[in-house]
Amino acid sequence: MTPGPLLLFDLLLPAVLLWLAWRSLTSSDLFRAVILFIAFNLLLALAWVRLEAPDVALAEAAIGAGVTGTLLLAALTRIESAAGRRLSRPARWRPAALVLTGTALLAAAAGLLWSLRLLPTMPGGLGPLVDRHLAESGVDHPVTAVLLNFRGYDTLLEVAVLLLAVIAIWCLDEAVPFLQQPLESPLLTGFNRMMLPILLLSAGYLLWLGSHAPGGAFQAASLLAAGLLLALFSGASLPAQWSGLPLRLLLVLGFLAFLAAAIIGPLTGRALLHYPPAWVKPLILLVEWLLTLSIALILTATVIGGRPTGSRPYPPPASPAAEGRQR
Amino acid sequence: MSVPLIYTAAGIFLFLLGTYGLVAYAHLLRKILAANIMGSGVFMAFIAVAGRTPGAPDPVPHAMVLTGIVVTVAFTSVALALAVRIARTSSRVHLSGRDEEQ
Amino acid sequence: MDPRDILSIVFLLAAAPFFLAGTIGLLRFPDVFCRLHALTKADNLGLGLIVIALALQADTWLQSARLLLIWLLVMLSGATVAHLIARTALRAGRKPWSGRS
Repeated sequence: MTPGPLLLFDLLLPAVLLWLAWRSLTSSDLFRAVILFIAFNLLLALAWVRLEAPDVALAEAAIGAGVTGTLLLAALTRIESAAGRRLSRPARWRPAALVLTGTALLAAAAGLLWSLRLLPTMPGGLGPLVDRHLAESGVDHPVTAVLLNFRGYDTLLEVAVLLLAVIAIWCLDEAVPFLQQPLESPLLTGFNRMMLPILLLSAGYLLWLGSHAPGGAFQAASLLAAGLLLALFSGASLPAQWSGLPLRLLLVLGFLAFLAAAIIGPLTGRALLHYPPAWVKPLILLVEWLLTLSIALILTATVIGGRPTGSRPYPPPASPAAEGRQR
Repeated sequence: MSVPLIYTAAGIFLFLLGTYGLVAYAHLLRKILAANIMGSGVFMAFIAVAGRTPGAPDPVPHAMVLTGIVVTVAFTSVALALAVRIARTSSRVHLSGRDEEQ
Repeated sequence: MDPRDILSIVFLLAAAPFFLAGTIGLLRFPDVFCRLHALTKADNLGLGLIVIALALQADTWLQSARLLLIWLLVMLSGATVAHLIARTALRAGRKPWSGRS
């Protein structure tokens, strides 16, 4: 990539990104900081497109901006209702500490930039290797092939990390609603009626697209999670008889399916995660479908932010959220 | 000056900005924001370095960054749940031993 | 130059003022209701013009249709979100700006 007519854009975009990150870190109002952080992530998705990484761009827009943004706003609301709203200002620095830290950080930047010159360049990196083996991977899109086949252990453990996150969150607390009451409006009802099927459809489309173009399980799962959250914010809730074992089974389903596919290898005399060649395509597709379902539920569970209580997600108007503090 | 170099430099500076935010602020939510920005800087430098060489982009760093984004959301959700728990039990939003400024 | 390119440029140029106006409105208008007005009205039309410009450049009809779908979805969610924000603000006791003060 050499500078072309887009050079101005390539100078402007990183500058705006740095400015947004700086403002997000230094504005004393935390709500503003979170909004700026969401804007930062959306523009970051643009930077990924510019760096020819459309898969990363989709994931950044859906997960980095969408899911993380929702998580931050939900957490901020809960924190402020528990500890009150307060401004956040930086610690007062002694001049010597400021100079020392500044010098160290700038020296680190210079060192990192300089060390990049020493990196060996490998034309195309691992790209040619991936292309050579693409036919054996069961899918036609290189990034999906790397994710689910060539470096399948990365993705397997990544799903394990997501599951552990939900387990950790469920250990910490019961679900505390962060909306005082569900959003209610006739317009929202109509919007949901139109939007939920569309979200379901686009999630399926992204999942199907992932086998030959940018897209895939994680992007599809975040769309599905968006639909679930929309329904949840509008007052829908999981029936009590579903929030026990069925919910837990659905949460681990993707991981278990992936694990089962992984140990087919050792059972048939191959390495772990080495799929039998005749089965590779149906196996990967099945794992992707179940992964999408589980990851969507996991992402939704992280936003709900606590183990399900099995009761109504919103307290009756007479007893406000204070009952949570008595425990 | 080549395009990957610009984004690499931006990634490195994002990482340093995040480091500053992590150190300079006591509020836990701010620390989580800062850690996220550090992560974004690492991803950006990684993808930009992978894009230095001419030809089709290397899919392996892309897949690894995709994994990284999902792992980041996992750690963010746990960190936020911890921060909410701390706020609910102690009405503080910073770690003990440090004074919340104002 | 291909007439399609010229049309695209015309639509893109026509879109820019809407985004500029919307942004200025967002920054300068006195209260949340006025700002919503600026944002949704301008962004819907501006985005529409950009989508038309891009649809003219698409290789297939399917791509153009997808771009139009994006515009429709943005308008749909923009309208709903604007309504929800305005409703929440009104219920929280925000008085719409009356021209005085």
